[in-house]
Amino acid sequence: MKNSRKISPFLSRLSIKPVSHLKWKIRGDDIFKLVGALFASSILLLIGLMIYELTKGSRLSIQTFGFGFLLGTKWDPAISRVFGALPLILGTVVTSAIALLIGVPLSLGIGLALSEYMPKKFGFAISFLVELLAAIPSVIYGLWGIFVLIPFLSDHVYLHLQKLFGFIPIFSGPIYGGGVLTGGIVLAIMIVPTVSSVMRDLFLAVPKSQREAIIALGATKWETAKTVISYARSGVICAVILGLGRAFGETMAVTMVIGNKFQVWPSSLFDAWYTMSAIIANELLEATYDLYVSALMNVALVLLFVTLVINILSRLIVWRTLKLVRGIAKE
Amino acid sequence: MRTIYKIAIPILAVAIVAASIFAYQYSSATQPITLNGAGATFPFPLIDKWASEYHKIKPNVQINYQGIGSGGGIQQHTEKTVHFAASDAPLTETQAANAPNTLHIPITIGGVVPIYNIPGIAKGLKFTGEILADIYLGKVTKWNDPKLVSVNHGVDLPDQQITVVHRSDGSGTTFIWTSYLSNVSPEWKETAGRGTSVNWPVGLGGKGNDGVAALVQQTTYSIGYVEFTYAKKNSLAYGYVQNAAGEFIEPSIESFAKAAEYAAVTIPRGDESWSRVSIVDSLAGNTQARGAYPITSFSYILIYKELNVLPNVNEAMAKALVEFLWWAIHNGQNYASDLYYVPLPSSVIAHNEATIQLVTYNGQQLHKG
Amino acid sequence: MRKMDYYRFRLIKDYAARFIVYLSLTVALIPLFSILYEVVQKGISTINIDFFVNPTPTVGEKGGGAANAIQGTLITIGLASLIGIPIGLMSGVFLSEYSEHKLSVIVRFFNDVLSGIPSIVIGVFAYALIVRSIGFSVIAAAFALAIIMIPTVTRTTEEALKLVPLSLREAAIALGVPRWKTILTIVLRGAKKAVITGILLSIAKISGESAPVLVTMGYWRWWFAGLNRPAANLALNVFVFAVSPFENWIALAWGSALVLILLVLGINIAVKIFTRERY
Repeated sequence: MKNSRKISPFLSRLSIKPVSHLKWKIRGDDIFKLVGALFASSILLLIGLMIYELTKGSRLSIQTFGFGFLLGTKWDPAISRVFGALPLILGTVVTSAIALLIGVPLSLGIGLALSEYMPKKFGFAISFLVELLAAIPSVIYGLWGIFVLIPFLSDHVYLHLQKLFGFIPIFSGPIYGGGVLTGGIVLAIMIVPTVSSVMRDLFLAVPKSQREAIIALGATKWETAKTVISYARSGVICAVILGLGRAFGETMAVTMVIGNKFQVWPSSLFDAWYTMSAIIANELLEATYDLYVSALMNVALVLLFVTLVINILSRLIVWRTLKLVRGIAKE
Repeated sequence: MRTIYKIAIPILAVAIVAASIFAYQYSSATQPITLNGAGATFPFPLIDKWASEYHKIKPNVQINYQGIGSGGGIQQHTEKTVHFAASDAPLTETQAANAPNTLHIPITIGGVVPIYNIPGIAKGLKFTGEILADIYLGKVTKWNDPKLVSVNHGVDLPDQQITVVHRSDGSGTTFIWTSYLSNVSPEWKETAGRGTSVNWPVGLGGKGNDGVAALVQQTTYSIGYVEFTYAKKNSLAYGYVQNAAGEFIEPSIESFAKAAEYAAVTIPRGDESWSRVSIVDSLAGNTQARGAYPITSFSYILIYKELNVLPNVNEAMAKALVEFLWWAIHNGQNYASDLYYVPLPSSVIAHNEATIQLVTYNGQQLHKG
Repeated sequence: MRKMDYYRFRLIKDYAARFIVYLSLTVALIPLFSILYEVVQKGISTINIDFFVNPTPTVGEKGGGAANAIQGTLITIGLASLIGIPIGLMSGVFLSEYSEHKLSVIVRFFNDVLSGIPSIVIGVFAYALIVRSIGFSVIAAAFALAIIMIPTVTRTTEEALKLVPLSLREAAIALGVPRWKTILTIVLRGAKKAVITGILLSIAKISGESAPVLVTMGYWRWWFAGLNRPAANLALNVFVFAVSPFENWIALAWGSALVLILLVLGINIAVKIFTRERY
């Protein structure tokens, strides 16, 4: 019988079936699958190409400064042509930390509000509004930051902050409205929508049985909420990491309010500073010689690396949590 | 049909049609010539105005000028990444060595003024050179410092910290400002000196004249220095500065013009070294220069004498550039006073005409005069 | 007695918590209302026919508008969509229809990673790849924006297709329709609404991006002059004008911001309305 003829395993998986001795028919499905696979792998190609290009572009800088680039504290494109990224890394980390300090509690509150406290209809409308916040472009946050937030903060908030806490070094110093704290606040506002939506979904996904169990024991709403949070604990951490990643990469809104001052450490929370993404945006167009461009690409490479690590870590945690949740849900 | 289609498709269609109409309208015109320039923000308002007015006369010529600071302009000129550069600081000997055969063409005269943001105080605060130097040195830290009070009788200066603003980028405006400070304050000369970029003892950095103006606008009790247009066009309060004759001069087209007159700067030939040309220096110590605003300067356009050294430049582009510059030093000057720049005196224009006639492409003279 | 005191303590904590939770909700929503209010209030005075018809004015000049920016933005987004939508669609289709394939698992993971990469880094990538050869151009900007679009389109397409019931596919195959035909005609059609909303949302997202545009095109004050040249961009203009000291430019920044917000929020709201659950 014809079909007993030996076909190589590879060909049979492709479902290419010999019609006769000599004719082969390739099915439309295979072409489709191939095309789909090609397009899908373009995503992998893009990421790989990105890493390659940024590394290639940074090569000159890496050759010149080596790993010292990460610890270097001087950025002088004009005279000595020395570049160092430590202040930028510190600036990015600190502003993101402030953003998390302010944004995470807010997001927790909103997540809880939307899952535990608010009635369904209201909750839906509020979720909608919060998601609108997420859709607002970064430049508009920056525009609002310059002309609305900065005057408000410098007139009504910072002065009082300084009066109350001025004895602590980070709160003393000239106030001009923008700066580290302002940058952190704007970032916080920007990460709240995403982080709180994730948290809301997390809390909503907590099985009713858990809540019912603790209410049966006589818990108040707050205590129920605490249980929910602790149940979704790893998801909460994941959401926080997500917010961190977003804060790290945010460019325009930050550069419009932070003051763009390259210094190793600001004199106070009200002083100006600089972040990795801000310096790239401000100086790439004016980098006229190779080492300058390479230094900026090096900064971009560092930023890419850091966000990749953050991203991959959080995905892995999600993966692990999902397996855990699926495991428990099977019960 | 589903509602979402009713909305999405028409919008998409309109967008495509609109875009294609505009594209068609553009493609049927002659191949546009784009000339790229970069450099000082000092003359930016004027050059931007020229670009848009010249475009009306010659619709196929687009002048794309980016204000990135004189330092950036000189760098791009040296790297030959622009067709022309603008700078308020003439090339130093070292810079000229790196960019040989550069022509300096002064296109306008302007003044650098101190600006401040003090609620309740309008323009007209008086400053001596020493006070300005002390503020920028960080020695005078409050608005009601006795030195400021003594020259400003009757003005209610507040008891507030002065937020100092300077340039964060390489700037000809900084060069002019620090030249003046170095002349009036030996301590400044020692500490920071003069240059397009100095080690500022104190202060916040703004990018470009516009960045400094914006910062001062947004920060109460701050002080900065900008080219005069930026103060006028943004209704910023600016101060009067004391000149060598002891008078407190209000910045204006007249006082800048007087400064240029008294300086009687001997201008070298276009292709010679301009590193010593400085109206500020010529006025320093000149006690007879009455009515002259001491922080006045030329602003220059820098181009190469032989334009074929620029990559991707053909003869048509070279000719267009030269014609634009010719227009700028003649008709372009009509737009100067509206923007608070001093129109070039006729002696300087004649000088520039000779310079422009030196420009060649492949050895061929481009403008016959 | 102690039990009652402790109970009251717990009650106080509960009320305090409730208060804080509602407070955080209000605090988080204040910026939203403030932004919307300010943009509308400050932007509306600049919006007139002039705004939509004239190009960028020089400093201090009256009149002038954002017409060239609107044109440039439309063209850039159009080109970006032409690149990004097909790739995103096909990838999403592949991920959903062959979802157990090893490639799918890997791509799904890295697709999420790609969506988390900062837009400025993507801009620098486009700079390295394209600007260094072709120069600052619409092509470079569109390329960067397409990369930003792809993860969103991929993910929403995959989710949309996954929602199409298996029975539909089985019925088609039972009738002898080849798999690729079922996907293209039946499954895709069944998920049409969700797929299109995903595309619209990604378009809204990239029209607001200014960081990658800044490093791939830079500021352009003229009309569209070819795909290998830069073009004006609404979002970038907001940035450039906002940090300038010129009043007429600052006013233009608010006006452009208003148009941008109307566009972006408009798409978002429209999408939400259309994906409402209908009984």
